[in-house]
Amino acid sequence: MSSPDTPSGRKAPQPGVSLEKAQKARRKFMQSVGLTAGVVGLSLLGYIPVVDARAPRLRPPGALNEPDFLSSCIKCGQCVQVCPVQAIRLGDLDDGFGVGVPYIAPRDQACDFSCDAVQCILACPTGALTYKKPEFLDTRDGAPLARLPILKAKEKDPEPTLNLKERFGVARLARPESCLAVQGKGFKGLARGAAFRGEMRYMDVDRWKPVPVREHPYERDVCDLCVTECPIKDAIAMVGFVAPDGSRRFKPVVLEQCVGCGVCEMICPAEPAAIVVEAQAVWKEGQA
Amino acid sequence: MSRFTELFMGMLGAAPKKPEKVSDGVREIMRLKYLDKEGYIKEKLHIRSHQSTSHKWRNRRWAVLLAVNLLFVFSFWLDIQILEGALTASRFVGFHLIDLNSALHVMLAHKHIIVNLFIGTFTVFLIWVLLGGRSFCSWVCPYHLVAELTEKLHLKLVEKKWVTDHEFHRGTRTVFWVLFALLSIVTGYTIFETLSPTGILSRALIYGPGLALGWVFLLLLFEIFWSRRAWCRYVCPIGLTYGVVGTLSPLEVAYRVEHCFHEGDCRKVCLVPHVLDVTIKGRASEDHMGLGPDCTRCGLCVDACPTGALRFEVKGLAKLL
Repeated sequence: MSSPDTPSGRKAPQPGVSLEKAQKARRKFMQSVGLTAGVVGLSLLGYIPVVDARAPRLRPPGALNEPDFLSSCIKCGQCVQVCPVQAIRLGDLDDGFGVGVPYIAPRDQACDFSCDAVQCILACPTGALTYKKPEFLDTRDGAPLARLPILKAKEKDPEPTLNLKERFGVARLARPESCLAVQGKGFKGLARGAAFRGEMRYMDVDRWKPVPVREHPYERDVCDLCVTECPIKDAIAMVGFVAPDGSRRFKPVVLEQCVGCGVCEMICPAEPAAIVVEAQAVWKEGQA
Repeated sequence: MSRFTELFMGMLGAAPKKPEKVSDGVREIMRLKYLDKEGYIKEKLHIRSHQSTSHKWRNRRWAVLLAVNLLFVFSFWLDIQILEGALTASRFVGFHLIDLNSALHVMLAHKHIIVNLFIGTFTVFLIWVLLGGRSFCSWVCPYHLVAELTEKLHLKLVEKKWVTDHEFHRGTRTVFWVLFALLSIVTGYTIFETLSPTGILSRALIYGPGLALGWVFLLLLFEIFWSRRAWCRYVCPIGLTYGVVGTLSPLEVAYRVEHCFHEGDCRKVCLVPHVLDVTIKGRASEDHMGLGPDCTRCGLCVDACPTGALRFEVKGLAKLL
C-alpha cells in the first residue's frame, strides 16, 4: 500500500490546492483502494472450503440443495435453538461461506426426530429448510422420498408420518468388515461407551424427553442396533446371508425410505462406525 | 444542494462543505457571540472550570446494548424464548425480526424474493425508522461495543505517538456496499456474512465461540494499530443500510449553534465526525440543525458537550408540546 511519491506526469493539482494536500488525498485514495482490495480478497478466501468440499456437510432435514442452502440461509441459528437433542451445529470460519450455516455431525449427535415435527424446518425464517420446496428450485433425482416417512414413534398416532419430502442423506454400510452382525457377533453394554454425550428418544423411557444414550444399555445376540434404533419405518432391515465359512449371518441393508438422519451411524458400536450417512446423497436405483 | 441531500451525500462519502447561505438568525447569533470578545472568553473558561464529565448516554447505551445481546443469549441458554435467533434473524416472542442487510444479501445471493422475510424485515425497518437508523450500530451491534473499548487503547497509543491513525476515504464504505451486493449476486453466496463481525459476534455469544472470533480479533488489531474504528467507518455495509433507513427518522441528535463555543470536544469522541462539521465555527447555516443520517445516535457528543449545544431530540415533538 505505497503511494506514488513523484507526482510527475500526473494531472497538475487544482489551483488553490497545495501539492502536499493533493499528495495526501492521493495517498488516502490509494490506501482506500488497498483496504477495499484487501477485504474483498480476504472474503473470497471463503471459496476454498466450499470448492474443496472433501466431505459434504449433513444439513438439517428439509435443506435445499447445497448452493441454494448456502445462499438462502440467513445464519441465525433458530434451527439450533429448537432441536431437542441439539443435533444442529453452526459452521465455523473453516467452512468458508458456510460460516453460521447449520449442519449435523451424526456420529456425535444424530437427528432422531424426537421433536416429531421437524421443528427446525418450522423455525427457519427464510425457507432454507423447507417442508415444500418451491417449484422454481430444482430437485435432484433420487432426493424425493417415494412416500412420506412413517415415524416409528408415531406409528400408532392418527398421523404417523413426518412432513419431509426429500432425504438429506443416505446411510451406507461403509465398513462391512467391522460390522458386528456381519462378523456374527452380538452386543452387550453401552453402544458408545460411558463418556458418549449423545442423546436419543426411547419410547419406552419417555416419549417427549430424550435421554443420554449412555444411560441406555443394550443386550443383543446379534447386533442390530442400527435397525432397531432407526426412527423411520422400513428404512433399514437385517437380511440374512451365508458367510464364506458356511455359517448363517446377518447384515443391515439400507432401504429406499432411508432419509439420512444418521441415527444408525450414531448408535453403531463399532469404532469407527460400520454404517455411515452419506451427506446430501440421493437414492440410486438398485442401491439395496 | 438542500441540507437533506448534503447530509445524504455526506453519508455516502462526500466531504462536508461550508454553507452557501447562512440564515439571518445564525448571523445575528454569531455577531452577538463575538461582540464582547473578552466576555466570551471569560464565559468559556467559566464553563470549562465547572464542566463535569458525564457518561450518562454512554452508560444508558451500554446497558441497552448488553441487555439486548444478553436477551438473545439467555433466550437460548435458559430457554426463556423471548428473543430467539441471532442478530441476522430472530423471533421476539414469536414475531419475526429480520436484519435488513442480511435479508437483502440472502435474496441477492439466492436470486429469489423470499416472501417469508417480508414481515420481519418490515418490522425491523419500522423500528429503525422510528429509532434512528444507525442507532442499531451504537445501541445494539456487539462489535460496536468491543470496537469502542479497543478504540480507547488506540487513542492511548496515538497520544503516546506510538501509532498514528490512518484515515481512509469515507466513500470506501459506499464502494463496499455496492461490491458486497455485487459479490452476493455474482457468486451466489452471502459473502459479507462470512466477514461480518456483527453476525460472528452475535452467534459466538449465543452459540459459543469459534475460529471466526480470530477474524474479529484481527479487525480489532487493525483498528488499534492502524486505523481508528476502521470497520465501522469505512467498511460495514450494515451501517450504511441502516443509515439510509434513518434518513427520515424523527429521533436525532440536534445542534444549537447559540450554545456552542466551537471547541470541538464533540468531534474528538465521534465515530463519524463529519456529521459534526456544523459545530465548526462558520459552518452552521441554521440555528437548530439535525446531525443527519450517518449519526449513530450514540450520545458521546451529547455527553462531551459542556454547554448542552448537542441534545437528543424527537423532530417536531417540541412544537407539539
